[in-house]
Amino acid sequence: MEVRVFRGVPGGEQGEVAYDVPPVEGMVVLDAIHHIQKHLQTDLACRWNCKAAKCGSCSAEINGTPRLMCKTRIDELPEGPVTVRPLAAFPLIKDLVTDVSWNYEVNKKIPPFTAAEGDRGPWRIQEVDIDRLYEFRRCIECFLCQDVCHILRNHDMRDRFYGPRFFVRVAGLEMHPKDVLNRVEQTRAEGGLGLCNITKCCTEVCPEHIHITDNAIIPLKERNADAHWDPINFVRRKLRRDSGGGAATRGLDEEPAGGPPR
Amino acid sequence: MAEPYTTIDCDVLVVGAGGTGLRAAVAAAEAGCRVQVVSKSLLGKAHTVMAEGGIAAGLGNVDADDSWTVHFADTMRGGKMLNNWRMVEIYAKEVIDRVFELERWGGLFDRTEDGRIMQRAFGAHSHRRLCHVGDRTGLELIRTCQDKAVHTPGVEVSMEYTLTQLLGDGHHVTGAIGYDRNDGQFVVVRAKAVVLATGGWGRMYRTTSNSWEGTGDGAAMAYLAGAELLDMEFVQFHPTGMIWPPGARGILVTEAVRGEGGMLFNSEGQRFMLEYDPQKKDLSSRDVVARSIFKEVKAGRGTPHGGAYLDIRHRGAEYIKKKLPSMWEQFHSLASVDITREPMEVYPTIHYTMGGVRVDPESAATRVAALYAAGEVAGGLHGSNRLGGNSLGDILVFGKRAGEYAAEYAKTVGSAPVIADAQVAEAQSDALRFLAGDGDATGENPYLLHEALQDAMQDDAGIARDQQSLTRSLEAILELQERAKRMRVGGGRVLNPGWHSCMDVVNMLTVSEAIVRSALERKESRGSQWRLDYPDLSEEQGRVNYAVYRDGELMRIRAVPLEPIPVELSRHLEDG
Repeated sequence: MEVRVFRGVPGGEQGEVAYDVPPVEGMVVLDAIHHIQKHLQTDLACRWNCKAAKCGSCSAEINGTPRLMCKTRIDELPEGPVTVRPLAAFPLIKDLVTDVSWNYEVNKKIPPFTAAEGDRGPWRIQEVDIDRLYEFRRCIECFLCQDVCHILRNHDMRDRFYGPRFFVRVAGLEMHPKDVLNRVEQTRAEGGLGLCNITKCCTEVCPEHIHITDNAIIPLKERNADAHWDPINFVRRKLRRDSGGGAATRGLDEEPAGGPPR
Repeated sequence: MAEPYTTIDCDVLVVGAGGTGLRAAVAAAEAGCRVQVVSKSLLGKAHTVMAEGGIAAGLGNVDADDSWTVHFADTMRGGKMLNNWRMVEIYAKEVIDRVFELERWGGLFDRTEDGRIMQRAFGAHSHRRLCHVGDRTGLELIRTCQDKAVHTPGVEVSMEYTLTQLLGDGHHVTGAIGYDRNDGQFVVVRAKAVVLATGGWGRMYRTTSNSWEGTGDGAAMAYLAGAELLDMEFVQFHPTGMIWPPGARGILVTEAVRGEGGMLFNSEGQRFMLEYDPQKKDLSSRDVVARSIFKEVKAGRGTPHGGAYLDIRHRGAEYIKKKLPSMWEQFHSLASVDITREPMEVYPTIHYTMGGVRVDPESAATRVAALYAAGEVAGGLHGSNRLGGNSLGDILVFGKRAGEYAAEYAKTVGSAPVIADAQVAEAQSDALRFLAGDGDATGENPYLLHEALQDAMQDDAGIARDQQSLTRSLEAILELQERAKRMRVGGGRVLNPGWHSCMDVVNMLTVSEAIVRSALERKESRGSQWRLDYPDLSEEQGRVNYAVYRDGELMRIRAVPLEPIPVELSRHLEDG
């Protein structure tokens, strides 16, 4: 079985190298990479931790699709060579490993969970009030959604766009019944919520099957629309010459040129 | 003369960024210290994410008569009374607050009808006690602690750094040296106090639920720095790991499957746990269930792939997908098995290490000044067998304590410690000797040595052991230690997993030697230690823990008598 693995470092020689890997029943792509490391190329770099699809470390592009290597069975891929490449949206470090530290910087910008002063619990929370949050909390931070998102991948707008992962994060905080902050304006102005044109590429690649677009991004867009585009509020702001209202006329829902990668 | 390195200064160095490390970091920073967290992986990927079942805490939300005293008694009995009673007492009392604290930090739990935190049944817990969120409680815990830590002023995190050695003089630590995995450049962290939160060591076994990180770095570093390793013979086999396909072998199948009503069957359709433990049945303690599956397979009543069947179908598809979503997904994607329609095939897998660095129960201090250890890398809480759900609680309770006491100690240290250049240079050459550079790359392959070690541990120091097998295992380890000196890898220092593996192998060999020497010393069967040549409990050996320590180049072992349990606590052991 032929496995073609991207190898190289920035500024150095780069390209796919073909390895011959003996097939084993039920093997996943990560098994093949481990075989190569052990027997053929001890310095082949990849990230992995749990090998059980619970940590989100082994993200890569397999036959061109962002996936977890530990969860992608080779017998489910089409016949022929398997290609494994690093995430294209992030800077290469070496081989299959990219620099994803930007994501951790974004997370720092999002104000953490904050309950009301003095509201220290233990709390009574009905499950129905947090039911929709469980889905968001399943996120394993594999950053496949960030990788596939054309705003990051094709337009490199990391300076003005948080990306799907962090819209999920914000939605999880905003919808928590005990959280008292409002992060919607920040997510619009700094996080570029309006740049998302809901092509659902992120939802398609999510290994945890989180409905990122439908359940996180669209509700956030609706909250943003309520705050900025509600016509009655708009008129009220105009009448009061509320300086805060000026934000509503700036750059909202700007679309970058070009479409999603298809 | 040392080659150039970066120096990081801090008050408290926290090694490891799982639940323990993050909780310790928050505690030390809140006490006013500058904290440096160093993590081998990216943040949020630590082994904590693999914990599935829940956090055991005597809240009594579901079974009203549960309390910390009952939890105390269950934990002591589960550990076959070899636990440090004071650690168990502190744990059972404080874990309740830690659960509420997690909720205050934004962590989610499943809820009861009246809106309180839901609790589920688990092996050898006499009451429904595990606070959980589906079957991904560990992920919830680490994500919550991660967000808390990165937003706590004073906490700095360095991701993808490996620390290779603690610095100090054998009685006192002053920091650690290691390298940035991504560029291979050396880094020295100067610290007034150090908290080891490096987790356990399962990678020296072939069938393991541990991630690559579980190589025992913390235990090996602590041992070399002068600390003692306690109860090392006790390695937990989780009764239910995946067994097929081959690549998935060892991946954990949460005990929550049995907590939610799953039952074990052999190939003849018999529910064998009714025989091995008629009272607790499928929810007996992990040592008992693992041995039972092992015996059934040995007796020729195993499944086609050599395990037992675990069946949860009777709970219905909707319930299974709500309570065990990641198990459904795991079997569906890796084994093409729909657990709502078919039984799972399972077999014991190495899961947890009860033993570890010997610490003071109050403060998590080791016998080396300025060095603290908490969570799985520390020993004492779980005795000879850990109950499920007691690990996620352990890491919060003792993570917090370690952080607080390390901070207190750090504040008594006036100025930043002085690091000797010679010590740095020596540690650097220790790490660099494995790189062939332009020279001859022929030497031992670290991956193949690792494989040989796994054979020695799995086959001869595994679930069932005796004098002969353990002696064989020790001989193999000592020989591998010699061969490990000749490990050589090609490639450079930039993100070179072969090179990193060399360091892992050295650590695993040290820790494996401690496991086997301790297992040889304990001539009885207790908890996870099953000696075929000594099948019974020994009253005499039940009064001691064994501690391994370094004497020059030699590994020595001594018996440490157990502290007597005070009357007001032993009273609780007689109840129920």
